[in-house]
Amino acid sequence: MSVNKKLTVSASPHVRSPHTATGIMLDVIISLIPALIAAVVIFGYKVLMVTIVCVGSAVLSEYLSRKVMKRHQTIGDLSAVVTGLILAFNLPVSIPLWIAALGSIIAIVVVKQMFDGIGQNFVNPALAARIILLVSFPSAMSNWAADSKFITTTATPLAILKGEEAAEAMPSMVQMLLGTHGGSLGEVCSVALILGGVYLVIRKVISPAIPLSYIGTVAVFMLFAGKFDFAFVAYQILGGGLLLGAIFMATDYTTSPVSFKGKIIFGIGCGLITSAIRIFGSYPEGVSFSIILMNILVPHIERLTTAKPFGTPKRDRKAEKAAKKAEKEAAKV
Amino acid sequence: MADKKPLYKEFTKGLIAENPVLRLVLGTCPTLAVSTSVEGAIGMGVAASIVLICSNIVISALRKIIPGKVRIPAYIVIIASFVTIVQMLVKAYVPSIDESLGVYLPLIVVNCIILGRAEAFAGKNSVIASAVDGMGMGVGFTGALLAMAVIREFFGSGSIAGFQLIQESWPVDPMIIFILPPGGFFVFGMLIAVANRLAEKKGKPKAELHGCESCPMAASCSLIGTDDSCDVKEATVK
Repeated sequence: MSVNKKLTVSASPHVRSPHTATGIMLDVIISLIPALIAAVVIFGYKVLMVTIVCVGSAVLSEYLSRKVMKRHQTIGDLSAVVTGLILAFNLPVSIPLWIAALGSIIAIVVVKQMFDGIGQNFVNPALAARIILLVSFPSAMSNWAADSKFITTTATPLAILKGEEAAEAMPSMVQMLLGTHGGSLGEVCSVALILGGVYLVIRKVISPAIPLSYIGTVAVFMLFAGKFDFAFVAYQILGGGLLLGAIFMATDYTTSPVSFKGKIIFGIGCGLITSAIRIFGSYPEGVSFSIILMNILVPHIERLTTAKPFGTPKRDRKAEKAAKKAEKEAAKV
Repeated sequence: MADKKPLYKEFTKGLIAENPVLRLVLGTCPTLAVSTSVEGAIGMGVAASIVLICSNIVISALRKIIPGKVRIPAYIVIIASFVTIVQMLVKAYVPSIDESLGVYLPLIVVNCIILGRAEAFAGKNSVIASAVDGMGMGVGFTGALLAMAVIREFFGSGSIAGFQLIQESWPVDPMIIFILPPGGFFVFGMLIAVANRLAEKKGKPKAELHGCESCPMAASCSLIGTDDSCDVKEATVK
């Protein structure tokens, strides 16, 4: 990879990190495979169609847009594959395939490549695409009907909790863990998602700070919102896209803070917005909106949490203000 | 300015190089609000152009009489008179446009393009040059609105000027986001990029920064002469 070559600069003892963009993306893909297998088992082979369409059109639009913009090819870093996979995980199985392909094109061309490609996108591409699709095709994006023997309810657990589908019974806790209930492709099987998350943490691809603070905040909020009903808290954590979002989307390197403190602030912010949307908002689910909103705040979080270099004096705000004032007055004269 | 430049250039600069919406980024509020349909965009563009041309002519004719200190209120009175005339005409002859534009029709009074041209151009140039400037800016404004409206109406409701192109029986649906505010911002941003590209090809600078005299906010601006003033920035950019 030409980018990596450019980074090895100086002589003498250096420890070479085994982490490369391609390697990290490969780890993320591996960690997503359990959830993909679970989705195929639960929803049937249509899942593979949706996934192939999403990944294929993501890679193709990455290749074409780099070519049109006359920039070096980056499909080798596999980030487009990850974007396609995560977008597919965010769609219902009944989605028309052209909408899935359109979502990938929006994610890669508009959100990622127009802002100069990998590492430059200001929000998570897959999530931005999901939100654009959700706003554009509200009925297709919330049609949870599935042709499968495992699915007993067509409504998502969160929609039932919200009272939208009052007639249907809640799935049992075992169903919540295994994922045999209505929902997006990749969000239903909690066990597979947690498995993938543990793999990423062990491989040191992600730090557990964001997922834990995110899920923890939602748990605490729901504990109070549900008046200490623990079953309600469990449904809120296992239902919807919280695990998928917290483990795989909120931890995206480009759009999450670098420092530990920043990560905690980011996770708590995501958790508060998600809970607020779920309890007070008109949508049953708020994970994607909360992560996108916090993505936009990341530069400010970074600025607030930059580490102070050792030995530098404490910042004197009063003196700074006085200096600024004097400068202004001098300029006026 | 008018003495050096040939008259037709005062017209053509409004089309791309100094397009009020896409290059000067003025009048964005009506642009985003009414560009959901082609009909509304044309109505808005024509109404604002008429007001712009008339107010440019009158302000230019009165430029030596209006005292400098009260010029902004004087300009607003002139602009408001023309807006009232246009509004009455629209209400009388094309009530459907009046309905689709709603509050944005009287709001032409505070359209930055019109006050901006009065302050930047009509207040300093001859009547004929100001009229031509108004026409160029008016066509540029209408063109930008029309371009946005065609894209937004086609992708958002599947029609152009009310004529349904994407049929309901087709397996493809229009994307509602295009007629919602976020879609408006997306299309706006992309058109700005296209306009920048076109102007760049002609060798024009990427972004236009004007001196304090031409700025509509100059009267109440506290930054004049300081390091933060736009004048200084302009100098460093160039």
